[in-house]
Amino acid sequence: MSVENQFKPKIVAFCCNWCSYAGADLAGSSRLTYPADVKIIRVPCSCRVNPMFILRAFEKGADGVIICGCHPGDCHYSTGNYYARRRMTLLFSMLDYIGIENGRTRVEWVSAAEGVKFSQTMNEFVDKIRSLGENVRLGDLRCKK
Amino acid sequence: MQRVGVFVCHCGSNIAATVDVKRVVEAISNEPGVVHAEDYQYMCSEAGQALIAKAIKEKALTGIVVCSCSPRMHEATFRKAAERAGLNPYMVEIANIREHCSWIHKDIVEATEKAVILARAAIAKVNLNTPLKPGESRVTKRALVIGGGIAGIQTALDIADAGYEVDIVEKTPSIGGRMSQLDKTFPTLDCSACILTPKMVEAAAHEKINIYTYSEVDKVSGFVGDFTVDIRKKARSVDMDKCTGCGVCQEKCPSKKAPSEFNRGLGTRSAIYTPFAQAIPNVPVIDRENCIKFKTGKCGICAKVCQAGAIDYEQKDEIITEKYGAIVVATGFDTIKLDNYDEYAYSQSKDVITSLELERVMNAAGTTKGHLERLSDGKAPKDIVFIQCVGSRCADDRGKSYCSKICCMYTAKHAMLIRDKYPDVNVTVFYIDVRTPGKNFDEFYRRAVEQYGVNYIKGQVGKVIPQPDGSLLVQGVDLLDNKQILKQADMVVLATAIEPDPDVRKIATMLTASIDTNNFLTEAHAKLRPVESPTAGIFLSGVCQGPKDIPETVAQAGAAAVKAIGLLAKDKLLTNPCTAKADELLCNGCSACANVCPYGAISYEVKEVNDHGIREQRRVAVVNSALCQGCGACTVTCPSGAMDLQGFSNLQIISEVDAICQ
Repeated sequence: MSVENQFKPKIVAFCCNWCSYAGADLAGSSRLTYPADVKIIRVPCSCRVNPMFILRAFEKGADGVIICGCHPGDCHYSTGNYYARRRMTLLFSMLDYIGIENGRTRVEWVSAAEGVKFSQTMNEFVDKIRSLGENVRLGDLRCKK
Repeated sequence: MQRVGVFVCHCGSNIAATVDVKRVVEAISNEPGVVHAEDYQYMCSEAGQALIAKAIKEKALTGIVVCSCSPRMHEATFRKAAERAGLNPYMVEIANIREHCSWIHKDIVEATEKAVILARAAIAKVNLNTPLKPGESRVTKRALVIGGGIAGIQTALDIADAGYEVDIVEKTPSIGGRMSQLDKTFPTLDCSACILTPKMVEAAAHEKINIYTYSEVDKVSGFVGDFTVDIRKKARSVDMDKCTGCGVCQEKCPSKKAPSEFNRGLGTRSAIYTPFAQAIPNVPVIDRENCIKFKTGKCGICAKVCQAGAIDYEQKDEIITEKYGAIVVATGFDTIKLDNYDEYAYSQSKDVITSLELERVMNAAGTTKGHLERLSDGKAPKDIVFIQCVGSRCADDRGKSYCSKICCMYTAKHAMLIRDKYPDVNVTVFYIDVRTPGKNFDEFYRRAVEQYGVNYIKGQVGKVIPQPDGSLLVQGVDLLDNKQILKQADMVVLATAIEPDPDVRKIATMLTASIDTNNFLTEAHAKLRPVESPTAGIFLSGVCQGPKDIPETVAQAGAAAVKAIGLLAKDKLLTNPCTAKADELLCNGCSACANVCPYGAISYEVKEVNDHGIREQRRVAVVNSALCQGCGACTVTCPSGAMDLQGFSNLQIISEVDAICQ
């Protein structure tokens, strides 16, 4: 398959400032590649990610959304990632119910020292989204060009 | 509408090699709000910053986007540059097109496309930025040092000499740490105790230093400049004020079979004990698990023989609450457990010991009074084999992936000392590589080989087999000669990997300091901020940050002290203005936000609000911006959408999502 024809998914990654964003930086400075389809949004903590942002992303045509935070117990704000985990578990099961497959959403814990894990996670996630194809369920048709 | 300026950095070829910078400038110049866009070789340079300042003034910019390296690198730099040019520093956004783009993508078309999208997201966000003003917070001029080894002692001394109060919290009954267990130190062969104990005494006698031994940190709250810490002083069962340190209680104690921690379990100690003769403070502790009085209620000999009446069986743990401006972690290390390394027969033979145990054997105050002898039968060994990298540089998860750094040098030291004192003992060292990058280190190692005739064999040992006659058979390989080696030995010494103290994870969690998968504390920047934790006000000293030897530890301890002093010298700190804020008109006073706030920053007030002309009294959430750390937990919990986070508002993040998904 040529590069032009390959499905290029839109993937939004929310990364917490303290662990995962730094992990992504480490992946960068270690030159650990992952597909350019992943675009990172920096948030102070994974608990800042409002389910609304994820719905908005899918509505605007995202094919996958991943939330990365500090490992359980290591949250810079002590408990933020626990809130994120609970909220996302609930949200993802509801999204699955309305047809956004569980594979399109993911929560992953990546520490500031885990550049390798960040890159691996993103590669896996992009592969998964490519295998699922375009997200058609929640897309707002008015956004389509 | 904002007037936005976009500045795209080439970062030499770091960005420009894979991102078409000119194309990025072109693509974003028509974005909403953008009135100025340019590129430059190095935006962070003086000339680059001048360029930004010039554009801010000439084009009356109200917000800027710098497309460059990670905001963790230069956000502060560009904020300062903007501030100098008269722009509010929080009107600056960074698009990370280096770490998150140019460095990880090979294809220039793809990378350029992504850089444009990242820039668009930052522009969309800056369009919604509002000027923010940092608040101020007080600095408590007192530091806490966790750990009383050489790292903690040096840090405390340096901070105290600068005139600030320091408390050291040490979990064992005495300060001194691992260094107090060592016999000699490389590469000078100084006697460890001779250089350490004066420092211990100096710390104990310093008017600005207060030492809590046999104590642990129980709870930490607050933030940089204003930490509140609960210290648990464990019950010593001895009154520190009354005890004269005469030592009679230890002599008379009938329970003498407890393994001595100080001697790495090679010898025993009494139930009431000081870990070693030069312990500071020289006040014993009753180990309640081994004390007959505590176990059976009968005995009480120590109380009877104590002339000072210092024994207090009723003593309880005491919690001391103290405020600190800075906290230095100096929790040090231990050697790894050898459960995964059965092939070296450590658990089967008493004559297979770790290097730290050998220190206690070689030390004049140790179990064998400094005589080199086999621990099984007390005979003098004729052949000693040292095995390097036991658990270090391990490819699988049996051991540690990292190099423990100190083993090559201390093994050379041990080999040299043994050959010096017992010239007829053969010493063989199995090694993977000999690593001696330090001042006078390689010269030291060469002396061991050339002058003292230590036999170095490049290769690993597969198995150590205890023989019926009590000797040990070492099966190894000589890589240089490409042959198998079978070697008879009387004693095998394992250069065991070191790992951070097991308690450090608990402490890091309390401090919300980041920690890596090997349990080493993470530094704020691997190169530029090596002694600071990413959590403001937390500093790192010694091996808790990564393996290091004594000179490096002392140097880092001093560096951590300087950083702490720099903080304590300030009267006030600027606080992060990216805090939560409640919209009074939307808030229904439900308390959901207060329940999730980890800092207790949200309270409720009954306020008069003007809701579209209707004035009424309502219970609304109020955020204490001095306490709020800006995590945003409350913003998501709020059912009415009243709570928002300044600098990372709902609309700002949504605008980024939109820009990315466009």
